[in-house]
Amino acid sequence: MEISAIFFYVLAAGAVATGLLTITRRNPVSSAMFLILHFVCLTGLYLTLQAQLLAVLQVLVYAGAIMVLVLFVIMLLNLGDEEKLTESVNQRSLVAAAIGAVFALQLILAFTFDPSPRYSALPDNAASVGTVEAIGNEMFTTFLFPFEAVSLLLLAAVIGSIILAKRKLRS
Amino acid sequence: MHSIPLEYYLALSAVLFTIGSVGVLTRRNAIIIFMSIELMLNAVNLTLVAFSAYLGDIGGQIFVFFVMTVAAAEASVGLAIVLALFRNKETVYVDEVNVMKW
Repeated sequence: MEISAIFFYVLAAGAVATGLLTITRRNPVSSAMFLILHFVCLTGLYLTLQAQLLAVLQVLVYAGAIMVLVLFVIMLLNLGDEEKLTESVNQRSLVAAAIGAVFALQLILAFTFDPSPRYSALPDNAASVGTVEAIGNEMFTTFLFPFEAVSLLLLAAVIGSIILAKRKLRS
Repeated sequence: MHSIPLEYYLALSAVLFTIGSVGVLTRRNAIIIFMSIELMLNAVNLTLVAFSAYLGDIGGQIFVFFVMTVAAAEASVGLAIVLALFRNKETVYVDEVNVMKW
């Protein structure tokens, strides 16, 4: 087995394991820590797909910015005693697990129903797709309008989160 | 280049998406539900990057860029909602919040 295939299997196993740990931990802080590890595994997977820029952005934006924000909120709320954090296995979680199993089966069957031999290996020109140069070139020509529109979205998110978090809503 | 078929990446992201959706369905803590949504977004991102790399089409990676932006916006607004919720109801457990339940 070649080295990049080993990388894929190790990172895939790591991503699934850390994903499962994220949704099963009782303490939200350890959930967040495993989610950061999950993002690191995904970064490795992006690198096996030769998407360098997105691998860097994954660490910067997700592991850096978003998870720090999540951890800040967890610490800010000070979710106190562990007693309140206990979540038992009940009927709802069993139903959810059954739905999840069916859902996973469906997705995997749909994706792998008719494997095309054309996509059995990464093409040789894949490394030229994910470079900063190629993405930047496309971003500022074809996708210029969506790129500008996203800045409005971010402005709306900034204003919205300030208003939501600031005002005391008394009911 | 390596010889992992495209389907392996798709199956992996299907599994990751399912883990995220099971997390949303089973957990009560709003912050963990929020993190499960991030898991699902990332599973879809992996699909997009895999297709982009195998088809040699850059559009998929541009789309991931926009998904990341939306995820950042969603993170700030969602966590602000959780903060406001905790301030008013002293809880982050979604089954204890029923103001808007009909």
